[in-house]
Amino acid sequence: MMFSSIKELVEMAQKKNLSIGEMMLQKETENMEVSEQEVIDRMLAQWQVMKRAAHKGLEGLTSHSGMTGGDAKRLHDYLQKADILTDRTFLSALTYAVATNETNAAMGVICATPTAGACGVLPGVLMALQEKMNLSDLEIVSGLLCAGAIGFVIANNAFISGASGGCQAEIGSASAMAAAAVVQLKGGTPHQAAHAMAMALKNMLGLSCDPLAGLVEVPCVKRNAAGASNALTAAEMALAGIESYVPWDEVIDAMRRIGVFMPASLRETAMGGLADTPTGRKWKELLWQSANES
Amino acid sequence: MGYLFTIDIKGMINVRYRSVFDIIGPVMIGPSSSHTAGAVRIGKLCRRLFGKKPDEVTLHFYESFAQTYRGHATDVAVIAGLLDLETDDERIPNAFLLAQEQNMRISIVPETAPSQHPNTVMVDMVKGKDRMRVTGISVGGGMVRIVEVDGFHLRLTGEGPTLLVFNEDKPGAIANVTEVIAKAGINISHMEVSRRDKGRTALMRIETDQAVDDSIVRFLEERNFVLRVAKVKL
Repeated sequence: MMFSSIKELVEMAQKKNLSIGEMMLQKETENMEVSEQEVIDRMLAQWQVMKRAAHKGLEGLTSHSGMTGGDAKRLHDYLQKADILTDRTFLSALTYAVATNETNAAMGVICATPTAGACGVLPGVLMALQEKMNLSDLEIVSGLLCAGAIGFVIANNAFISGASGGCQAEIGSASAMAAAAVVQLKGGTPHQAAHAMAMALKNMLGLSCDPLAGLVEVPCVKRNAAGASNALTAAEMALAGIESYVPWDEVIDAMRRIGVFMPASLRETAMGGLADTPTGRKWKELLWQSANES
Repeated sequence: MGYLFTIDIKGMINVRYRSVFDIIGPVMIGPSSSHTAGAVRIGKLCRRLFGKKPDEVTLHFYESFAQTYRGHATDVAVIAGLLDLETDDERIPNAFLLAQEQNMRISIVPETAPSQHPNTVMVDMVKGKDRMRVTGISVGGGMVRIVEVDGFHLRLTGEGPTLLVFNEDKPGAIANVTEVIAKAGINISHMEVSRRDKGRTALMRIETDQAVDDSIVRFLEERNFVLRVAKVKL
């Protein structure tokens, strides 16, 4: 049987003295009746897709609507030349996150993690970490499995799509997954990884899904950067020994309950929030009209 | 129209993510896993159910799909699925053009009626005298479910090998079909039976552990009480 809660997942891993990623690998092979090598190979392939998507975005893409694009290149150029405020790892995470989501907006090939709208958060953070820590692709795979285990529990106990639970379910879940993966890769315990997950998700609670004209562009692209920075924030806190005051699974259930109460206008319908600002309405009119004419 | 489909308890749809690759994946063409990749998968399942490429397609979009299908290219994605493209096929953005080349006529209808799930599409397919109406929902992260086929309620994900048998509703039909499957050495993992009216047409949804060979499908179709068999796997 798969684990059904974060508590169960962490206890299982602790008992067997495994990381969350290793625990996920074992459970996946048991439940899907495949070999460990098959799981690893497939995850390696997903990782290659993620890296290609990010690198494509760095070239400076523009979406079909023309609403987004070019920001990853701006960040990348800034990172190369300018006297940056924070640090290279942090800024790289933002850059790769934005790059990946710009590729997504331009209808390029991406790997959903857990969704397409949030597909920049996890690769962004892990690519930056790979550079910082000189991690092998195999080590990254273990981080992806850890992130997958966290996302698996969130998806089965709450939701991961903006249409179901708002952006908290999408960028929030992605950020929580990435936070746990960072803690594991930095040598933290499953217990610490779970606290990173909970802190990252708490910081995203209540976030609405209200993109302009319903396109996965504004504010999604920049919010992928926010999800990446929030993941690093939560991971640093967890690695410092800070714990979530509210237990892990209670945080996930809070996200679920907030999503259930969220009005439809804030769940990917382009009816409320940013989508219903004068600028949002202008874009809606412009794009939907031109789509009707074509 | 009345209702689209019934849902288990209080409008909650039971979603079961089973694999880590449901979360880290799918690999797909953007921009939206539920509105683009999920829509491709619904299109593919419709194609499998219909068993052929339709000449005429009408897409009815509901709720979030109705509001945002243009931005997410949900219409393009369902058509790509009906043309049997994979979720990561780079031809997806040009699906309308491909459909035109293959003489597929397309109509899009954004509906205002509420539905049980925000991401719902009802697909009408026509080829010659054959027609079929399929309702699908996209539940998140690219996971989908077919909830209605020609008035039959069902739960079909396309994750494992599945047989759909449309048959005359008479005694012995189920025993006969399952015996054919058993004799082929195929194990049934899950089965569901539904019908619209007593004594008229019934539908068996049969999930199997092993893939079902086309010869078995043909053999089943030769039974006099069997109307149609569809093999469904994404």
